[in-house]
Amino acid sequence: MRRFLRPGHDPVRERLKRDLFQFNKTVEHGFPHQPSALGYSPFLRLMAIGTRSGAIKLYGAPGVEFMGLHEENNTVMQIHFIPDQCQLVTLLDDNSLHLWSLKQHGGASELREEHRFTLKGPPGSPPSATQVTAVLPHSSREVLYLGTESGNIFVVELPSFRVLEDRTITPEAVLQRIPEDNCNRRSCELVEALREHPKNPDQILIGYSRALIVLWDLQNNKAVHHFLGSQQLENLYWQRDGSKFISCHSDGSYTQWPVSSDNRQSEPLENTVPYGPFPCKAISKIYWQTTKNGLPYIIFQGGMPRASYGDRHSISVIHGSQQTAFDFTSRVIDFFIIFSSDPAAEFDDPSALVVLAEEELVVIDLKSAGWPAVHPPYLASLHCSAITCSHHVSNIPLKLWERIISAGSKQNIHYSSMPWPIDGGTNIAPDPPQRDLLLTGHEDGTVRFWDASGVCLHLLYKLSTVRVFLTDADPNDNMNTLGEDEWPPLRKVGTFDPYSDDPRLGIQKIYLCKYSGYLAVAGTAGQVLVMELNDEDAEHVVEHAEADLLQDQEGYRWKGHEKLKTRDGPVRFEAGFQPFVLVQCQPPAVVTSLALHSEWKLVAFGTSHGFGLFDHQQKRLVFVKCTLHPSDQLALEGPLSRVKSLKKSLRQSFRRIRRSRVSSRKRRGGAGNASEVQEANAKFDQDVLQEMELAPVQRKIEARSAEDSFTGFVRTLYFADTFLRDSSRHCPSLWAGTNGGTVYAFCLRVPPAERRMDEPVRAEQAKEIQLMHRAPVVGILVLDGRSTPLPEPLEVAHDLSKSPDMQGSHQLLVVSEEQFKVFTLPKVSSKLKLKLTALEGCRVRKVTVANFGSCKTDDYSENDLAVLTNLGDIQIISLPFLKLQIRYPCIRKEDVSGIASCVFTKYGQGFYLISPSEFERFSLSTKWLVEPRCIVDIPELTSNNHVHNESGKENASRKS
Amino acid sequence: EFRRFSLERSKPGKFEEFYGLLQHVHKIPNVDVLVGYTDIHGDLLPINNDDNYHKAVSTANPLLRIFIQRKEDADYSAFGTDTMTRKKNVLSNVLRPDNHKKKPHIVISMPQDFRPVSSIIDVDILPETHRRVRLYKYGTDKPLGFYIRDGSSVRVTPHGLEKVPGIFISRLVPGGLAQSTGLLAVNDEVLEVNGIEVSGKSLDQVTDMMIANSRNLIITVRPANQRNNVVRNSRTSGSSGQSTESSLPSSTPNLLGSVLQAEEESDEEDIIIEDSGEPQHIPKAAPASESIESLSQIELLHESTQNGFLPSSEANLNHSAGSVNMEYEEPEPGPKSLEEDGTIITL
Repeated sequence: MRRFLRPGHDPVRERLKRDLFQFNKTVEHGFPHQPSALGYSPFLRLMAIGTRSGAIKLYGAPGVEFMGLHEENNTVMQIHFIPDQCQLVTLLDDNSLHLWSLKQHGGASELREEHRFTLKGPPGSPPSATQVTAVLPHSSREVLYLGTESGNIFVVELPSFRVLEDRTITPEAVLQRIPEDNCNRRSCELVEALREHPKNPDQILIGYSRALIVLWDLQNNKAVHHFLGSQQLENLYWQRDGSKFISCHSDGSYTQWPVSSDNRQSEPLENTVPYGPFPCKAISKIYWQTTKNGLPYIIFQGGMPRASYGDRHSISVIHGSQQTAFDFTSRVIDFFIIFSSDPAAEFDDPSALVVLAEEELVVIDLKSAGWPAVHPPYLASLHCSAITCSHHVSNIPLKLWERIISAGSKQNIHYSSMPWPIDGGTNIAPDPPQRDLLLTGHEDGTVRFWDASGVCLHLLYKLSTVRVFLTDADPNDNMNTLGEDEWPPLRKVGTFDPYSDDPRLGIQKIYLCKYSGYLAVAGTAGQVLVMELNDEDAEHVVEHAEADLLQDQEGYRWKGHEKLKTRDGPVRFEAGFQPFVLVQCQPPAVVTSLALHSEWKLVAFGTSHGFGLFDHQQKRLVFVKCTLHPSDQLALEGPLSRVKSLKKSLRQSFRRIRRSRVSSRKRRGGAGNASEVQEANAKFDQDVLQEMELAPVQRKIEARSAEDSFTGFVRTLYFADTFLRDSSRHCPSLWAGTNGGTVYAFCLRVPPAERRMDEPVRAEQAKEIQLMHRAPVVGILVLDGRSTPLPEPLEVAHDLSKSPDMQGSHQLLVVSEEQFKVFTLPKVSSKLKLKLTALEGCRVRKVTVANFGSCKTDDYSENDLAVLTNLGDIQIISLPFLKLQIRYPCIRKEDVSGIASCVFTKYGQGFYLISPSEFERFSLSTKWLVEPRCIVDIPELTSNNHVHNESGKENASRKS
Repeated sequence: EFRRFSLERSKPGKFEEFYGLLQHVHKIPNVDVLVGYTDIHGDLLPINNDDNYHKAVSTANPLLRIFIQRKEDADYSAFGTDTMTRKKNVLSNVLRPDNHKKKPHIVISMPQDFRPVSSIIDVDILPETHRRVRLYKYGTDKPLGFYIRDGSSVRVTPHGLEKVPGIFISRLVPGGLAQSTGLLAVNDEVLEVNGIEVSGKSLDQVTDMMIANSRNLIITVRPANQRNNVVRNSRTSGSSGQSTESSLPSSTPNLLGSVLQAEEESDEEDIIIEDSGEPQHIPKAAPASESIESLSQIELLHESTQNGFLPSSEANLNHSAGSVNMEYEEPEPGPKSLEEDGTIITL
């Protein structure tokens, strides 16, 4: 009865809870999923990225980040900053325009949506009449020019979005004012580009899709010039002085046009097809940048020969005799050039090329010879190979931190030394309180070390385990080196490479000891590597051992993949973590759990067949234990759910194809077409719904039995120095928990340090606990006499933790997917339990001990369990009494990969993947919060010359 | 020994008189006996009070077979335990009196000797339209055997009729426990699982809850067929039987919930296998300082450790090499509850 009292009956505890726990999603790390638009403000030096899901993210100097989300969740098509303002306009694929502004609030800037607007045509007009295709924010900051599919250019006032109807530039008005030759109504369909004259704000250049280009005088409402190209127009670009402009076309050509007052119908100065003479793909965007030395930079997207290189995503840079086609592994969304923004400067002097590809951001230094890439401080492509696991280590000692950084810097020598060119805004967040590492394991056998201390997730060091093994592809074989004489001069840039040579190399478990620098890494083919940090390159032999986990079990046949072949003889390793021991499990099933004890120099590993203990000091296998249930056939037959995942990925790829088709049609393919697709989709959805009605989802209610599959699957391994046999002597022990609810405890005898190499490590099974509810064991923990979790190995030796209380009685906490149970030690008897599933129907997916400090007093902190359930809820459960403290909804329960990827830190923060390329960071603690806090100021207007008006123009011309 | 005699069906009289008559007819005036009869289904049922005596007489068709046994050498096993499965034996006993004569061990047992497989509980506090069913799971020989699905039901709410999502029984496995009890049927709406309301929970959540409680599953259903409900006239408690038909008052389930929670504690004990030394029983965890509420002892009696756990422990024994001593944890002294912050913590 009393247990149904609502929380809040203990006001002291309630108050304390408020001081300890608080849930915040603080920042998104990594690269935005499905980016769709790019914008840049040379004035604010901020970059904006829009995504297909309607998110908009602003980035400046490292630490300066803003995020906004359109309510409609529609694809962001275009982003335009209002000149000289902290404002930007976004165009979504539902043809709505949104005005966002950065305003200071409470000492920090915030991104807010101010207005939204959808252009409405006269009643009865087709939707294409108002379908916006080009947006030009005028330098007067008062109006926005909107080019449409119908060829009309509407003028709307800012910030009110009021349409100034009398200023609309209709195709009819344009046609009236140019000579009749070859021009008809159809020439003025679909506005492709609108460009303001760089020197004269009263003139804009209008580019229609059918290659008619008109220089329009806004004051007098007349065409100053018109130009007629022969090929469909893609884009326009003004030269800095306004004497020439350049147009690019769908046939892969670009054309320079002179703008002189004497000649009204101009002939092109130059018409080039850079990758001709064979048919080429369209050049969709072009820049013409002047330099002091006279040779311009011509930078354009696309234009590759259609037949041989039509599938490449390229951006070409031509500067005099130098020409490079940067070749991206994913589709190029958009790009911009960072050049001198001072309007008084005579030349553009481009410094960097910033390219947003679908899967990564690449910045090329145009000032240094060879045009090297710049290492981005944020927007890292976490998924350059798919993330397979992650591991977080808090509070890294400075020594280890520096060694990792120095190892990483040796890998980054090919990067440009240029400071990060997008440097707007000021980061005012306090320095991160400690150094945190996030380690991600990838499908290609690499482990990446990320600086996760602050807002910018920054790659420190990349470790590859491939060298240890013999794979089909030689890692030294560099695919990127193309001969000088190759044409087009393609050069691969970026790190995104989703293709793994061998899926067996995938990393599944990582354990780093921050005190000793030992790293254990385990992979898909049962490989376990123990590594040590070495500051120098070295060549040595990796000791190799095999652990036969099936042992005496007879008659089993492994139908899965083969084990990896190892390289004989010494292997050269670069500075950093260098493997010295390799243990391969037999059968080579995926390693499902891993534990490393750096003080005892032991590593434990488990698969679906059993677990083993390896002494990496003596390089000797201590023991193996088979956990397989005799009836469990499935575990033997091969990699887990191989078939299922293949099916899933096939389904996903089909879905992707469908989605991309829909969206690509949506873009320009007439309104009728789009609605047709939508209709078809709606119908499809309905059909699916009906199908579901016919065959309702059923769930079988059945007690679990010992015969279920995968009961032997080892889910967790844990080293503890505790009282296993009797209450007078404590000894090292190894604990293992399986999927079938069994906990095994082994008593270890580790020889003292002086005889460590002489005597073998011995192990003996001491206990076996079978949980009757048979739920998978996901966590094992020993609490000391003060009910505090035992410290990590070497933590006490480094004076970073109080030594555990070995006087009082220890307790064992076993966390299964369904229950939390505390047992006494050494005599195992049940003391406490919390049944999660029986009461709420949710299951434990992740559990970690986290330390929570009070935000009010510095001297109070406590240890609790942070638990993530299959519903995506996060619960905090107190230790040692197992009382639910608080619960927060965090991840959508449908987001299975998000839940699976979640990792907690030791201080109540956590990360989970919101897309293959992005980690969401959240915080459960009031004390440890890492979130962006930054200010964007309007840079001071240095002089009048910044103001675009008549006087400014005069000023500029006088200077020149 | 057989005796045949007649009774007036319309005026059977009292059990005491009948008992006296039996003793007289058999000439055993001072011997304590157990009296039983076979009902129309062939089940052997006891006669030990006026009610079942009257029932027996009224169902006689036209012959009433009565079995009399000396209390001392009575074999209780004939009654109770899984009468359904033993039906054949009982029937054959009844049908072939010769055979029966050779095995005179049929006795009526006391309630505690029955092994309950299912029961309807809390009839007195639940609305008549609801049924709370308890399924007992022993070992793994018989599956629980039912499926649940999502669905919707119409409820009366303050805003009028409303369609609300609900969880329903979609299928019963033939031969499964759920089907053999006859207490659950397809399309019954599941309202609670072990005292916790399922409204607002997803199908998967409810599935997990049921599986987690599968050793002692208590589900409250609203039967799809409302015609077989127990009609309780003249309720003195004056509970809101009618009004709760459409929407459960929130206070009642909570109250029941506490009872159920307590009962639920009896469901499981983990097994510990120690490698060391002598076989010894591990003492139960010393009761902490918190007060112990002693709960219905009947529940603990139902705790049949042996029955449930033997197969699995044998399995453990089989694959753990060497001499392994097994110990069962003894049942805890009694479920205790410790309230805290609205969560359920049980010591």
